[in-house]
Amino acid sequence: MRHVIIGTGPAGVNAAETLRKLDANAKITLIGGEREAPYSRMAIPYVLSGAISEAGTRLRQEPGYFDRARINVISGPVARVDTQHKAVELVGGNIVEYDRLLIAAGASPIKPHVPGLDLPGVHHCWSLADMRAIEDLAGKGDNVVLMGAGFIGSIILESLKSRGVNLTVVEVEDRMVPRMLDETAGALLKSWCESKGVSVRTGTRIEKVKSGTAEGLRVHLSDGAALDARLLVVAAGVKPNTEFLIGSGVETDRGIRVDARQQTSVPDIFAAGDIVRSRDFSTGRAAVMAIQPVAVDHARIAAVNMTGGAASYQGALAMNVLDTMGLISTSFGLCDGPANAQSAIALDAGAYKYMRLEFDGNVLTGAQSLGLPEHIGVLRGFIQSRLDLGGWKERLAENPLRLAEAYVGIMNGV
Amino acid sequence: MQKALVLDAGKCTGCKQCELACSFEHEGIFNVSRSRIRVFIFEHEARFVPYTCTQCDQAWCMQVCPVGAITSDAATGVKSVNAATCVGCKVCTIACPFGTINYNAITGKVEKCDLCGGDPACARECPTGAITFIDSNLAGYEKMQDWAHKTDTAPQAAS
Repeated sequence: MRHVIIGTGPAGVNAAETLRKLDANAKITLIGGEREAPYSRMAIPYVLSGAISEAGTRLRQEPGYFDRARINVISGPVARVDTQHKAVELVGGNIVEYDRLLIAAGASPIKPHVPGLDLPGVHHCWSLADMRAIEDLAGKGDNVVLMGAGFIGSIILESLKSRGVNLTVVEVEDRMVPRMLDETAGALLKSWCESKGVSVRTGTRIEKVKSGTAEGLRVHLSDGAALDARLLVVAAGVKPNTEFLIGSGVETDRGIRVDARQQTSVPDIFAAGDIVRSRDFSTGRAAVMAIQPVAVDHARIAAVNMTGGAASYQGALAMNVLDTMGLISTSFGLCDGPANAQSAIALDAGAYKYMRLEFDGNVLTGAQSLGLPEHIGVLRGFIQSRLDLGGWKERLAENPLRLAEAYVGIMNGV
Repeated sequence: MQKALVLDAGKCTGCKQCELACSFEHEGIFNVSRSRIRVFIFEHEARFVPYTCTQCDQAWCMQVCPVGAITSDAATGVKSVNAATCVGCKVCTIACPFGTINYNAITGKVEKCDLCGGDPACARECPTGAITFIDSNLAGYEKMQDWAHKTDTAPQAAS
């Protein structure tokens, strides 16, 4: 059996490993989109902050790992997929034939329609190449503007700040990480950033960027202000890399559509990771959930089905964790809750501590936290298992901080 | 033969000697807040429950790690964190449905129970036999296993 995987990120690599585990004789080919060894984009901010070296971003760091696992890693990118002849055509013309194909080609950063974003000194922070460019432009004392304080933007914020730059963050929404944190938590995070010397301009748009200043760039804002900067980092969201599938017969709708087995509309073609639109655990609706845990789940389920097994996905649970200059925030499931949801809140604004739980009856459906990271994983357990909280529901509603205690209590019949 | 920690809440008196032993073993100091095993105290019910990682087969922490910093020992089943590889992203701390892998802001890495390399200090120091380290076939983790399966998003893929 010839298994071909497009994409060498976490989804592609985990799928290849699971395929190898399930079928010792399969021929497995991983096709990368960049001329790099498989690496983790999630690790890039930690290189910028100096926590690890560039080699620390590699997926599977032992030398010769892929050779030993008999996983053939080649460089693409892929030009198109010929579903009739079951072949992948690489840019440059090489053909790779498959029996089963996994598309894990990931996502790319969105470049908003703002004049000047093609100028030198404007970069995304998505690839290793982006990272190397940013390293050169983000030195101590340099003026840097960050466009976007969403989840990815906020991770980049942390790493830029740790390089000692003068940082201004410009976010078009009314608060930081609006899809992860509510108004209370978003406002606390903003005030925390400001207390650490980061200028945060929410509800503000970058209107245009010009060159020719002493530092390089002048960034014009919707409130009339203009910021001079050596570097502008654009973190305005990502979109699935589906362009190469146009005309292939693989159905897409702002992401590849898959069934619960991760199979696409074309038999023998599966998809995993940030490129996929799959079932949201909380809403039941199809959604792109571009997070590491979902990519890994997709990959493992696809690999089981690609080798003749039967695995199906119960849905992608949204979960995120951010560390912003020492303030750790998390969110799980439905942060704002369904219409009939009941919320429980614990807040100590002065200490930057916040916990908000969402209940649907006796079941936890969502949560977010700030400054309370201990045992936080139990939130995932509660939400994903739809555990009946029984008598602990009222105790949690009264004091959401008793989470871990609630889990241990329920499991021990207390 | 794989061995496992067995936590018998019925025998726990809440003395927290396990927490002190864990903290001293791993951090060189007696500080219960640095322990990887935690005793939960339910005052109204007069119940004391020791709690830590069960080295579960699903190993969500290991599966989600973006840099492969968590590995499973084939012989002992222990899931341990390679601190040199861990970037401190904390994704494992939200993925573990038991909440038993946690971030240490002092080291910038995550940490979890590693069974002290085969001689767990908590079991050694427990004065009442509430924590023992025995053949895992006898350990009886039904409750946690049930929980694990309920939460598992890919049980077939995990096997």
